[in-house]
Amino acid sequence: MAVTDYIRKRFFPHMWCPGCGHGTVMTSMIRAVENLGLAKNDIVVVSGIGCSARISGYLDFHTMHTLHGRALGFATGVKLSRPELTVLVPMGDGDSCAIGGNHFIHAARRNINLTAIIMNNNIYGMTGGQYSPLTGHEKMATTAPFGNIDPSFDVVKLAIAAGASFVARTTTYHVNPMVKILEKAITHKGFSVVEVMSQCPTQYGRRNKTPNAVDMLNHYKTDTTPIGSKEKEENPDLIERGIFLQEERPEYCAEYDKVIERASKGR
Amino acid sequence: MKKDVVFVQGNEACVRGALYAGVNFFAGYPITPSTEVAELLARRLPAKGGKFIQMEDEISSMCAIIGASLTGEKVMTATSGPGFSLKQEAIGFAVMAETPCVILNVQRGGPSTGLPTSVSQGDVMQARWGVHGDHSIIALTASSCQDIFSITVDAFNLAETYRTPVILLLDEVVAHTRESLMVPEAGDIDVVERLKTSVPEGTDYHPYLPREDGRLPMSDFGGIHRHNVTGLAHDMWGFPSSKPEIVYGLMHHLVDKIENNANEIARVKEFYVDDAECLLISYGSSARTARHVVEERRARGERLGLLELQTLWPFPAEIVRKKCASANRVLVVEMNMGQVLGEVKKAVDDPKAVFLANRIDGGFITPADVLNIIRITQGKGV
Repeated sequence: MAVTDYIRKRFFPHMWCPGCGHGTVMTSMIRAVENLGLAKNDIVVVSGIGCSARISGYLDFHTMHTLHGRALGFATGVKLSRPELTVLVPMGDGDSCAIGGNHFIHAARRNINLTAIIMNNNIYGMTGGQYSPLTGHEKMATTAPFGNIDPSFDVVKLAIAAGASFVARTTTYHVNPMVKILEKAITHKGFSVVEVMSQCPTQYGRRNKTPNAVDMLNHYKTDTTPIGSKEKEENPDLIERGIFLQEERPEYCAEYDKVIERASKGR
Repeated sequence: MKKDVVFVQGNEACVRGALYAGVNFFAGYPITPSTEVAELLARRLPAKGGKFIQMEDEISSMCAIIGASLTGEKVMTATSGPGFSLKQEAIGFAVMAETPCVILNVQRGGPSTGLPTSVSQGDVMQARWGVHGDHSIIALTASSCQDIFSITVDAFNLAETYRTPVILLLDEVVAHTRESLMVPEAGDIDVVERLKTSVPEGTDYHPYLPREDGRLPMSDFGGIHRHNVTGLAHDMWGFPSSKPEIVYGLMHHLVDKIENNANEIARVKEFYVDDAECLLISYGSSARTARHVVEERRARGERLGLLELQTLWPFPAEIVRKKCASANRVLVVEMNMGQVLGEVKKAVDDPKAVFLANRIDGGFITPADVLNIIRITQGKGV
C-alpha cells in the first residue's frame, strides 16, 4: 500500500511547521508498519500532548490523543487489556522525559510490550519554544533567555537504566535506518525505546543558530555516528546512533498470564 | 431461596458489587482508606481472567483504566483524598472522550494529606467540580454494605448508559464498617452491558454521534472501526475541532446527557418522610446516624423523617424540593462544612428553614451531635 493509505486525509493539512521533522517520523512509522505487514485494525497509537502528539490523529489506526505526559499510562491500559494489539506510543521530549518521566521509567521497568518513539526536537514547540529536559546546556529558549543552565537527560542511558529491553537512537536524516530500527522495535517483545532526533527549525533552530531545516538535517549527518565507530573514538562529542540494546527479558503481559494461570488454580 | 450471607467491610462489598457488574480491569495505587479494594481485586480479577495492575501513581492508574475501557472492558480504580485530586485531569479526559469508567473515592479528612485514617465527606464538591471546565458528572454514595453492593452495580450501569465516568463517593466509616451482606444472585440486579455499534465494516462510524435515544454506541479499539479519541474539543468523528458551532453542540451534549436525566439518575431512600415536620437529609455513613436519630425520636412520637441521598450528582434538586415542601424545617447531616447544605438551600422553597448538623474534626458524627442542633432549631438550649 502507499503511505497515503495509512493516513486520514480528512484530517489534512497537518499542523506541523514547514521544515519540521515530525512528518518524516510519521512516514517512517508507516513504512515500518507496511514492511511488517501489520493490519491497520491491529494497531493502536497512543500519544500525549504537543506537536509530536498530533501524529495520532493523522494515522488511520485506532488512535488516542491523550494528556500531556500520560500516553504510556493510557497505552499500558490498552496493552494489558489486549496484549495481541500492537501499541505504538509516539511522544515528545518534554512529554516523555519531563511531565511523563515517571511513567517512562516505570513502563521501561515493567518491560511491557510497547514501542515508545521519542520524537526529540529539544524544545517545547507547541507552546512556543521553552526549554525541555533535552534542550541542552547553554542552548537558548524563551524561558532560558540568558542560556539554559539545565543539563539534559541522555534518553538512551535513562531507558537502559530503567529496564527497557530494546533501546535505539536515530535521526530524521537517517530515514532508511530509522525504518529498520522501528521495524525491530515494533517486533521486539518488551518495552522498546526509539529516540528520533527530529528538527524543529521554528522554535529551536531559530534561537540556536540553525534556523534552516536543511542545516539542521546536515548537523544530524555530521554530529552523529554509528555506535562504536572509529569517529567516536576520535571525536567523543559525536552522538551515537543505532541499536544500543536488544535483549530478551520477561515481558509484563506474558508474566501477567502466569498470574492468571496461578490464580485460576487458586494459588 | 437461601441467599449467601457474608460478613464483610464496605470496601469488600464494593469489590463484590464491581465483580457482579462485570469489572474486568482495575488499575490503582495504594492509599488509605481505599487500599483493600486494590488488594481484593489483585486476587479476584486474575482468577476470572481479568487484569489488575498497580501503577506508579494515581494519575497513570486513571489513565490506564481509560485505555482499557476503550478496548471494551468494564473498568474501575479506587483512591482517596489526595489521590482523587491527582486523578482529576484524567477524569476530565474521560468526560470529554465519553469513556465509561468507575472511580471509587473513599473520603478521608482533607485538605492535603489531612487525616488519612479519619472519616470525612469533604469531597462532595470536588466530585462535582474537581475537573476543570464546564461539564457534568454522576456521583453516587451509600450508607451500608448492602447498599454499597447495589450502588456499585448502579455505578457501572450508569457509566455504560451515559458513556461517562461515575464517581463512587464512599467515606472511611462506611468503607471500613463490617456488617452482613446478602449477596445477590445473578439476575437479581440488572447489569447494563456496553452498547456496541451495529455499523458494519467499511461504513463510516461516528463514535460521538448520539442515537435518537441519546446513547452513543461504541466500537472497541482493535475492532473494525478505527476512530480517534481525544481530550480536545472534537466533532462526531472524534477529530479535534475549534469551530464554535461544533464546540457549542459538544458542550451542551456533555452537560445535557446527564442533567436532563437527573430524575432517572436520582437514587434516594425515604424513612418517615411523608408526615415529617423536621426532615433530615443525609448520605453515606452520616445517614446511619441520622436514621438512628429519626427512629429514636419517632418512638417518642416526634415527627422526624430522613431523606437519604444515594445520588449526589446530578443533585436531585426536584426530589429534594418536593420532599422538603411539607416539613417546617430541614436539617442536613453531613461531615463537611455544608457542601450538600448549599445544594439543599438552592433546591428548597424556604432556604432559611434549612440547617446544618455537621462534624469536621475527623470524629464520626453522633446522634448527640445531631440532637444538639435539632434542639437549637426548636429554640431549646443545648
